[in-house]
Amino acid sequence: MDKLEMQEFIAKRVAKELEHGQVVNLGIGLPTKVANYVPDNIEVMFQSENGFVGLGPTPTEENLDPNIVNAGGIPVSIKPGGAFFDSSTSFGIIRGGHVDLTVLGALQVDEKGNIANYMIPGKLVPGMGGAMDLLNGAKKVIVAMAHTAKGNHKILEECNLPLTAQGAVDRIITEMGVIKVTTEGLVLTEINPEFTVEEVQEATGAKLYVDKELRKMEV
Amino acid sequence: MDKVIGINEAIKDIRDGDTLMIGGFMANGAPEKLIDALIEKGVKDITLISTDTGLITTGSGKLIAKKLVKKLYASHIGTNKETGRQMNEGETDVELVPQGTLVERIRAGGYGLGGILTKTGLGTLVEDGKQRVTVDGEDYLLEKPLKADFALIHAAKADRNGNLVYKGSTNNFNNVMTAAADVTIVEADEVVENGDIDPNFVHTPGVFVNHVVDGGAING
Repeated sequence: MDKLEMQEFIAKRVAKELEHGQVVNLGIGLPTKVANYVPDNIEVMFQSENGFVGLGPTPTEENLDPNIVNAGGIPVSIKPGGAFFDSSTSFGIIRGGHVDLTVLGALQVDEKGNIANYMIPGKLVPGMGGAMDLLNGAKKVIVAMAHTAKGNHKILEECNLPLTAQGAVDRIITEMGVIKVTTEGLVLTEINPEFTVEEVQEATGAKLYVDKELRKMEV
Repeated sequence: MDKVIGINEAIKDIRDGDTLMIGGFMANGAPEKLIDALIEKGVKDITLISTDTGLITTGSGKLIAKKLVKKLYASHIGTNKETGRQMNEGETDVELVPQGTLVERIRAGGYGLGGILTKTGLGTLVEDGKQRVTVDGEDYLLEKPLKADFALIHAAKADRNGNLVYKGSTNNFNNVMTAAADVTIVEADEVVENGDIDPNFVHTPGVFVNHVVDGGAING
């Protein structure tokens, strides 16, 4: 899989986690692609933390309204039934537990569900934006990312980059499989049949427990 | 009341070293004409409170690019490389604040609260130097209020009394910031007579607004 195929593969698998009626916030980058694969038989409401729910698809040139952008500053649209509000309401929705699911990327995740995704000291310090609030407030947190970065582990026993939140991650979905974060540690629940359990373990910097009912990862 | 005045008159009291809140999210809903007028006026050593610093050419990022900012409170600076450079080279003091915490600190400043309690940032660098408060067995961070000398706000529509209406996602930090400054200056794309905005659909009541500038009447 090249990078783009891998991202699409992960996004498709994440989309299977969506449930009818959920309010969902998607992070920038790979997570944004999840919106392209919402199953036909369900309806979810996407939240954009800059101030609306009902985030719709990229507008055509003639339908473009420069007043409507997503959290990346990119022109988007709003669906019928959506609503605009200020940042206080938007983060009230997030912090107050009214977002059912958030999907975020990460630099590192560890076996305690800690996540680092907002800075590499001295190198890259873009800031946390709304990520810390989302990680604390969303009912369920899925990390969607490539399993490794240039051969380096991203899933670790303990993050060594500054944390965005402690113990916040519920599930990690990569091109290799689906990992559940539990109090006992990381449990591999699904595996991409292109890989063996040994290969997934080798690509992971923490002990993986294999679920008794390990399933094939399907998208 | 008629709060509509000219743009230069509106910003004339902003001085070097003042604290400014500037609305907008990635410059969507930023008061671009007020920012340009401020640059022309040449105010420096600003303490800027703005959720991000847009791009080098948009929103509050323009003040960064002109090196007019001494201290910055923001949640995200990744889209303006100049902000990161100034921070890394120690030219500008940057305090990164989680976005939801930033808006609530501003709200606290404007609404007479002594601070807010949030779980956001617990166990991260954001916690450094802050007080942890336990309420009913749950830990929170005490985050203090933020206030400003001036707030620069953008609205789609204002009446002469300063009642505001926003369009699309341009509200973002604008509404909350109107309350948290000693003087709130609004750049409105359209200015209408009092009574032309249905009071049921006012997004920000004019009581928070001191000056309204008719942005639609300014070219460029």
